[in-house]
Amino acid sequence: MFDGFIQWLGNLSLMFSSAKWASLGDHLGLIFSGLGITIVASVLALALALVLGIVFGVLSASNWKPLRAVARVYVEFFQNTPLMLQVVFLGFGLPIVWPQFNAVPVLMVGVIGVGIYHGAYISEAVRAGIQSISKGQLEASLSQGMSYVQAMRHVVIPQALTVVLPPLTNQAVNLIKNTSVLLYIGAFDLMYQAKSIQAANYNPGPVYLVAMVLYFCLCYPLAFLAKRLEDRAEAAQGGGQA
Amino acid sequence: MIELIKVNKSFGSNHVLKDIDLTVPTGQKLVIIGPSGSGKSTMIRCMNMLEKPTSGRVVIDGAELTAHKAPIAQVRQSVAMVFQQFNLYPHKTVLENLTLAPIVVQGVSKEEAEDSGMAFLTRVGLREKAGEYPAQLSGGQQQRVAIARALNMHPKILLFDEPTSALDPEMIQEVLDVIVGLAEEGITMVVVTHEMGFAREAADRVVFIDEGRILEDGTPQHFFEDAQHERTKLFLSKILR
Repeated sequence: MFDGFIQWLGNLSLMFSSAKWASLGDHLGLIFSGLGITIVASVLALALALVLGIVFGVLSASNWKPLRAVARVYVEFFQNTPLMLQVVFLGFGLPIVWPQFNAVPVLMVGVIGVGIYHGAYISEAVRAGIQSISKGQLEASLSQGMSYVQAMRHVVIPQALTVVLPPLTNQAVNLIKNTSVLLYIGAFDLMYQAKSIQAANYNPGPVYLVAMVLYFCLCYPLAFLAKRLEDRAEAAQGGGQA
Repeated sequence: MIELIKVNKSFGSNHVLKDIDLTVPTGQKLVIIGPSGSGKSTMIRCMNMLEKPTSGRVVIDGAELTAHKAPIAQVRQSVAMVFQQFNLYPHKTVLENLTLAPIVVQGVSKEEAEDSGMAFLTRVGLREKAGEYPAQLSGGQQQRVAIARALNMHPKILLFDEPTSALDPEMIQEVLDVIVGLAEEGITMVVVTHEMGFAREAADRVVFIDEGRILEDGTPQHFFEDAQHERTKLFLSKILR
């Protein structure tokens, strides 16, 4: 039992030996270029996801059945298949049936895949947010001569935003972590670089630890913000907004 | 002028309005009275197409709203509605509540909308609340803001759907006073209400509706003293005690 523990400590110290750290030090440039790609991919994918999420969220909350059906198909399909499968399909499957897609840079393929996937989740948050706003708000806007789009833009969506912001921020956190699937299509993101450095040097301890810390540094501030927004939204609701 | 011609409205198997024929001439102050569930709210909501009639026609100043591709949004600009639950925009200040639709829908300049908005706020006695948010106001104040919001569209027709029913008793009068003040002008008004005093004082005409049909239609005097139907007499005996 005790011997086992000693053995384990030995392995641990081997895994994180100074030599392993040194081999990471040689490749720090790669790690940070990977971090850069991950940040760029996250920002672009989030932008795409927001656009898709708002459009399909508004569609799912609309009164018009065909539009709702389109939105449902989108949401259900992308929520109920693995992201990894979606991304490798985009990267390796789609170019076979549509060769022009080969011209799309790998990074953008990843952005599209992750963006579409999280757009489905964001659209559900947007739908719930819109439906949480009382019907009287839409009716008041329409009674004043606003079109449905004007009522959404000036009255319903601004109010829904307060409700939607916390889950939206959580989605941003998930999205950043999920850009790690870009590894599978060979975009040079943080996960890809970490994996290739560890494959070349067999130093998974330091490399993956550093990668984890970097992902954490990207995500934690957002998660913290989400918690704050949630507390504030709860306080606002408790305050009896008319 | 508002014309309802053979208007029917059903919600599923619930037949709420039955062959309603009603013409409200320009400038008339019409009060609609009826027990709850009688269809009076549905009827007034048909007048600006917040409820679409199942059959029949709704015509406002010659424009048929029930026609295919009718300019509903355009007509609504001159048919303002005040709701039971106020429905103020909670994310906007009082003044912004008044100016949003004039700016967005009617293309009025911000200055102009704010000037006329302040004038209407003064009129409902809430000039000093312009910068506050609806949640900071009492129910009576919110409803007066809602009336000012309706007026800032410079409508030809004002629809009031039970404007005092959601208010605490001590706030009802301040809202009624504002509406009575408006009734002295040339604007067309339709008011769904349970306030019999208001009907007596401000209405040119009272319509009594029960189970989706108009039972009485005449002057307030006719309604209160010379009602024709037993149902109406029963209603009045209960409410005027």
